[in-house]
Parts: sequence; structure tokens; C-alpha cells
Amino acid sequence: MATIFKRTSVLTDVPFHYCPGCGHGIVHRMVAEVIEELGIRNKTAGVAPVGCAVFAYNYFDVDMYEAAHGRAPAVATGYKRVHPENIVFTYQGDGDLASIGTAEIVQAAHRGEKITTIFINNAIYGMTGGQMAPTTLVGQKTTTSPLGRSKEHCGEPIRMAEMLATINGAAYIERTALNSTANIIRTKAAIKKAFETQIAGKGFSMVEVLSPCPTNWGKSPAESMDWIAENMIPYYPLGVMKEA
Amino acid sequence: MSLKLMKGCEAIAEAAIQAGCRYFFGYPITPQNDIPEYMSARMPQVGGCFLQSESELAAINMVYGAGGAGARVMTSSSSPGISLKQEGISTCAAAEIPCVIVNMMRGGPGLGNIQASQGDYFQAVKGGGHGDYHAVVYAPSSIQETVDLMPKAFDVADEYRTPVIILADGLIGQMMEPVELKENPNPVLPEKPWAATGYDPNGKKPRAVLNSLYIETEDLDVLVDRLHARYEVIQKKEKMVELYNTEDAEFILCAYGTVARVCKAAVRLLGEQGVKVGLVRPITLWPFPSEAVHDAAAQKSVKAALTVEMSDGQLLEDIRLAVNGDKPVEFMGKAGSIIPTAEEVAERIMKMRRA
Ligand SMILES: Cc1ncc(C[n+]2csc(CCOP(=O)(O)OP(=O)(O)O)c2C)c(N)n1
Ligand code: SF4
Repeated sequence: MATIFKRTSVLTDVPFHYCPGCGHGIVHRMVAEVIEELGIRNKTAGVAPVGCAVFAYNYFDVDMYEAAHGRAPAVATGYKRVHPENIVFTYQGDGDLASIGTAEIVQAAHRGEKITTIFINNAIYGMTGGQMAPTTLVGQKTTTSPLGRSKEHCGEPIRMAEMLATINGAAYIERTALNSTANIIRTKAAIKKAFETQIAGKGFSMVEVLSPCPTNWGKSPAESMDWIAENMIPYYPLGVMKEA
Repeated sequence: MSLKLMKGCEAIAEAAIQAGCRYFFGYPITPQNDIPEYMSARMPQVGGCFLQSESELAAINMVYGAGGAGARVMTSSSSPGISLKQEGISTCAAAEIPCVIVNMMRGGPGLGNIQASQGDYFQAVKGGGHGDYHAVVYAPSSIQETVDLMPKAFDVADEYRTPVIILADGLIGQMMEPVELKENPNPVLPEKPWAATGYDPNGKKPRAVLNSLYIETEDLDVLVDRLHARYEVIQKKEKMVELYNTEDAEFILCAYGTVARVCKAAVRLLGEQGVKVGLVRPITLWPFPSEAVHDAAAQKSVKAALTVEMSDGQLLEDIRLAVNGDKPVEFMGKAGSIIPTAEEVAERIMKMRRA
């Protein structure tokens, strides 16, 4: 019998703790597959964030760091400067990357740091119980915007991919989504491209992935996928923002 | 080996390089800018890397990344910048990352001033960041001593997998003194099998996981027990203290760093007037040389001890704990950056003598 699908060896045997329908598990698998396909497992290190993916160091079977909230790009920088021939990625949520860690991500891009960032934009703080993120859509209800995010009160959601694409040191920036099989396949291709950008020594690379959080959105997994298509993609357009 | 006239900051930077430090991450702040400036020129010459970070927060996290990757790494700053590093120092303590952090203390609180001070004693010695941890703290009182302590600082960091703080002040950083710097072009560094250097799933090199999160209570307990056991060994083996003229003294001065130099001059002044005064100078502030402090102060000949510091009664607490009520311990010092003179210290002792 021909094997048409098997689990990548770059994931450990530890079961994911993610909620049913969560996007983190899908992206973990694709990142691990890309590391395997590129044959870089022995020389790759990952940096886990603070957020729902905090235990990523239990899942990726490569050298791993766990960073303080938002600091992953700085930790990855320290690693990369010591082992420039190795590969390093950060895996960060939107609270981690687009709120508390904006300085670290912007400056890593600004330095043209040869690292790869996987940015999970689920428009909410998952781990702490569904508070508002800088990426929360106007009108979206969260536990700290119970009446819906108000533009007058706290502005409009931040578009990190577009912002980072303006920085010269950013070599590859793409936004993708997990709402359909086609978009999941595109996400994997983007992740691969981002790692290849680092391998080629071109500069900073990031893939922003629009990802569901059914638990804190109060939706079923299927409804969450529709919500991405109907509400997130119109505000956060998909595509390559920068390719050097 | 010859003596060379060097500025404190530059001497420290060069001593770190001679100790095998090849990575430096930092952000400008007075009065320690000569360290990053020197490193920016020197690191490329020795095949190392200097990187100016976007903040002290980022610098200490770069230190985490580089230290976790197995390198000898250092960052330096001054008081307000050291405050920003505290989250990262706590992280490095928990993730067991060897690293050296230099604090050229300046006056505080807040932005304070840019002159020498000792106001960060509690922050350095009692933790600083959140959670139960210690960093080893060296408090040199001359440029030569700072230079001599640098290899020790890196060795201790590696041996115990712990952050080490060099707690100096703006005066030590900015003044010039003749120093003897031992050259060490090929420093031998210890093996670090735990570091993130690459992973061989077929067994030769285990996977590195550098982490400060232990979500299960039982797991965190294993970490804190391990750290506690390590801290006990450090307390047994790593205390350093200088005793100056303490035997059969009538009064004991207690001071560290720059202030200890003033106190030495006071000891000599008083000696000329026939008053026998000694000085206890802790060189490690953590682990604190409590026994040496106690034994010097509790001698039969001693009437009282006097703690002198450029802070508002911080060192005083550890001195009093060490002396444990066996002799009176008086206090001379204040916050800010007014350096006491030897004459003032001598006068205070004469006053205590008349009392
Ligand atoms: C310094 C600090 N501040 C706050 C927290 C609490 N905290 C943990 S996770 C989190 C939000 C994470 O949200 P996000 O990055 O969007 O990731 P998600 O959980 O949605 O995947 C916060 C605020 C923390 N651990 N550390
Ligand atoms: S809370 Fe949201 S982001 Fe976190 S695991 Fe559950 S679904 Fe995923």
C-alpha cells in the first residue's frame, strides 16, 4: 500500500493542548513539515511565545527556547548572531507580536535580521481568555471590549504585514489564511518561502496567518472559518506584501 | 606585563574579551557608554559580535538567545536601563543561562542623575526581577579589581549556569587608573552540552530546551529545588571579602565599591590620630560574606560598626543581619550621588568615640 500522508518526524509525540478547531495545530504541522522537507532539522532552533503556543517547545522536535512575552525576535537575534549558519524561527501570536513585542519585531526587521517569524493573527488574546488584541476588528466583542471594539476609543486594527513590508530589512512578507484547503496549502508554501529566504541569507521573513480561535470567538470551528473569510480577509488582504 | 592607563569602562570591556566574551548586546546610557563603544570596535577584531539593541529589554533577551546558544555573552547598562532588564534577568535565572551584566550605577530614583551612586544595591542583591532567584553580585572597588574579576565572573556564570552582575558605579566606569591586563588570546571555554547548538535526533546531541515556564506545580518545584541547591553551593564557595586593618580595631567600617576606598583613607587618617579602625569590604554582595562581617564586628576590641554607603540604608540591612545585634551598627550615607569624604567618615568615628 502506498503511504500518501504521514506525520512529520519534526513534531514530537506529545499531543497538542489546543482547542478543537484551533489554527495553531495546523500551522505547527506545516512549520514542522517545511523544516523536514528543507532538511534543516539538525540546525534549526525555534523560539516559542507567550500565548496559547507557549508550549511549542514541547511539540517541535528541534532545539527550542521559550521567550518572555513579546521578546522572541530578540532571543532569536541572539541565537542567530552566535550561529549564523543555523536557522531560527519565532512563533508568535498577535498579543505577543503586535502589542507587547512591537519594538522587538520592528527592530528585528529593521536590522534585516536573518530570522523567520510565523505570526498567528487570531484577532484576540487566546490564552488569557479572549481579551482585545491590537488586531481585534472594529465592532468585535471581546472580554475587554464587551460592546465591541470602538475605533474612537482604541483605534483601528493594526496591519503588521503591511507595516513590516515598508522596512528595507524585510525580505519576504506574506499574509495567508487557514479558512480553506486552498488557503492552507498557500500558507504552507509561504512558510517554505520564508524559511528559504532565511537560508538564502536575504533578510527578515514573516508569514502572517489569519487563524481561528473558536473558543474565544464563541463560534464553532466551521463558523470560525467562515468568519475569517467574511470579516478578517476583507480587512487583512491576503498575498505577498514584500519579496526582495 | 606592563601597566597601562585605562578608563574603567574600556578596561572592563577588554577584560571581558580576554575572558572569552565574544558577544555583546547593549543600549547607550550614561555613564557606561564607553563599554558599548569599545565593544563595537573590538568585537569584530576578535571574530565576535557587537550589536546595539533597540532597548535594554531587547539587549537582555539577545543575551538569553546568545547565552542559550552556548556563547560567553555580556551586556552593560546603568540604573534605569538595568531596571528594564529585570524581566530578562529573572528569565535567564530560571532558564539557567550563564551571562554577565554590568551595572555602572548612577543616582536615582527615576532618571536621577548621571553621577556615581550605590542605590541599586537592593535591586542587584535581593533579586530585582520577579520570583525567587539570585544573581551572583561582584562589587569591585578599583579598575584593577574589576579587570581581575571579569574572568571569575564568566567562569562562575558558566559553572553555575547563572546570571552574574558586576555592580560598579559611574566613578569606576569613568575614572582612569593604571591597570595590568592579562592577555589571553585563546581562552579555553567549558563544554556546554545543554546549549542550543544544533540537534542530532539520532542520539549524539540531545535536543536543547531553554525555558522558564513550568506550568505544573510539581515541575516548578523541581526547578526551584535545583536552583536552591545551587545557591547553597554558591554561598559556601563563592564569598569574597577584604579585611583591612580589622584585627583588634576599636571601630569597624563596612563599605563596598568606591565608598570602601574613601573608608580606607579614613582608616589611615584615624590611624595617624592613634585610633585603630578597620574596614570590612564585601567583594561579593551576593553571596554576602556574613561570617567575615560578623567576626570582624563582634571582636572584643570593637565598640561599634559603621556602615558607609551612597544609598539610604541598603547595605546597612545586610550588615545588621550579619552582626546580629552583637554590636551596635551605625549608619552613614544617603541616596543620590554625594560621595562622602575620608574626613567626614573620620569625624563620624571620632563622634562615636566620644559618645
Ligand atoms: C509580561 C507579561 N504580560 C502579560 C502576560 C499574560 N499573557 C499571557 S498570554 C497573553 C496574550 C497572548 O495572546 P496572543 O499573543 O494573541 O496569543 P494567543 O494566545 O491568541 O495565541 C498575555 C497577555 C504575560 N505572560 N507576561
Ligand atoms: S483559546 Fe483560541 S488560540 Fe488558544 S488554543 Fe483555544 S482556540 Fe486556539
